[in-house]
Amino acid sequence: MSIDGVDIQPIIGLEIHVQLATKSKLWCGCALEFGAEPNSRTCPVCLGLPGALPVLNQAAIEHSIRVGLALHCRIATRAKWDRKSYWYPDLPKNYQISQFDQPLCSDGHFEFKHADRIRKVRIRRAHLEEDAGKNDHENAAFSAIDLNRAGTPLLEIVTEPDFTGADETREFAVQLHRLVRYLGVSHANMQQGQMRFEPNINLRIRRGSETFVTPIVEVKNLNSFKSLHAAIEFEIDRQAREWRETGETLTRGNKRNRGWDDVKLMTLPQREKEESEDYRYFPDPDLAPYEPSPAWVSAVREDMPELPVPRTERFISEYKLPEQDAPALVDDRATADLLDEAAACGGDKATLGKQFLSFWSMHANARQTSIAGLALAPQRFAQLANLVVEGAVNATAAAQLSEALLSDDRDPREIAQERGWMQSRNADEIAAWVNAALAANPQAVADALGNPKKLQAARGFLTGQVMKISGGKADPKVTGELIQKALSGASAPNAAS
Amino acid sequence: MSQPTTSAKIDAARVAHVAKLARLSLSAAECERYAVQLTQILSYAERLRRAPTEGVSPLSNPNDVVNVTRTDEVAPSIGVAAALANAPQKHGSSFRVPAVLEGGA
Ligand SMILES: [Zn+2]
Repeated sequence: MSIDGVDIQPIIGLEIHVQLATKSKLWCGCALEFGAEPNSRTCPVCLGLPGALPVLNQAAIEHSIRVGLALHCRIATRAKWDRKSYWYPDLPKNYQISQFDQPLCSDGHFEFKHADRIRKVRIRRAHLEEDAGKNDHENAAFSAIDLNRAGTPLLEIVTEPDFTGADETREFAVQLHRLVRYLGVSHANMQQGQMRFEPNINLRIRRGSETFVTPIVEVKNLNSFKSLHAAIEFEIDRQAREWRETGETLTRGNKRNRGWDDVKLMTLPQREKEESEDYRYFPDPDLAPYEPSPAWVSAVREDMPELPVPRTERFISEYKLPEQDAPALVDDRATADLLDEAAACGGDKATLGKQFLSFWSMHANARQTSIAGLALAPQRFAQLANLVVEGAVNATAAAQLSEALLSDDRDPREIAQERGWMQSRNADEIAAWVNAALAANPQAVADALGNPKKLQAARGFLTGQVMKISGGKADPKVTGELIQKALSGASAPNAAS
Repeated sequence: MSQPTTSAKIDAARVAHVAKLARLSLSAAECERYAVQLTQILSYAERLRRAPTEGVSPLSNPNDVVNVTRTDEVAPSIGVAAALANAPQKHGSSFRVPAVLEGGA
């Protein structure tokens, strides 16, 4: 963007903490449970008691590697564990176990579509570490510490500073949120803080031939897409303003942390912790290094689901979904899987796509669930789609049948027959309806025969009349043919007269 | 990786500062005594640092093992009462500590 002859280019990188959906903590068997009584999910390991020995949770490693593979990262052949000094009582060991110089995953990238462009964001690293407990300072006189969350496995994903604005950063965050849920590695419940964002923001400012780079600000602990977006927008404005006032530029050591105030809608400086940057990492002698075997990594790779971005492309082409509607069926993996299963049962793909977007979505929304949440077997969807394809029922009847299928286990054909929703393809029956329609509407017949300009409209009208007389049961294709036949039969005498 | 600042002599003021960060309360006499002891320890580390390590890869773990893991299964926790048994102060089921800034792990 350009303001007053000054060109401003935001430079944004993102750190994302993703809580992994393991059953137990990273280093001990305590359960991961949100909202449990404070300190009821603790043991000597996560309390940091002397002599306790942490043991690595295998599932946390596997989840991390899944994410790494999905982000096209290099998977380490050897990863070690480091202690990061930490002086706060919500992590009572006085250090956090993390990965300093040998992260599990590094040098990846992620591609997504934003504003009709393919964006490629480089992933610097993704490493596994433990979360801290919770500090409650509701009472100003003291802090109350709950260590239930201490030792929860977190995957910290760090991007390169490849974003240039708030919109695309938010879009990446949304895509990453969908990805980790797709992979089944995190519930990523934002309300419960299971996914948290920390953008690093500064500006490259060009004025004439001069270039200035403002100090980097890290906004800590954002837990919604909305606040992520708002904080970035606010920082871009604030830094531009501050640069005009002070002219301060980036130097070694003037990176700052700010917090987002959701009420005032602004970032505020955070009180710096004493020597907070002096982490004094050193290898944790209690923990053995981890060396994922190439065979195991290959097996994990084999087991990966189709990822949302390529799946969206495939759904658009295979199920003929409009591009803007495809995410509605892809975002929820169970629903997307269901659509594929229904197609695998022999359901016509284009019809399934149409029906998933129309009445099946409607039923799901009305019941505040997903289409998968309707709990119908895949072949039910296939059966209904194919009834439409073979012309046995029309679109209106299909919608009615879909509603019926939610509470009726019988074959949809049987239900349609019972309720009189089947279309007729019986030529004699339809011919009788056609004759009745022609007899009742001589003006339309005259239009069709006498005025080529009105032929199309007149035939449409007569088809509608046949549908009305038949109660919607007349097969449209057979009806069209019989109307054509009846009109051409009638045309000879008319032409002669 | 941060190198130990072995050349610096540890004085009582530095001990007092580190003690404050670690929330230890030390008397002036203790600070003096630990300053001497810590300086000795660090000078020992300085001697180790002079050892020839050219071509030797860093050892991150004294045991020659890798991949020590456990399956992801929940084991019983010890219960709130046991967890809080050694706490100097409690607040309900929580540890009560002097008011602190938000952590930032
Ligand atoms: Zn524990």
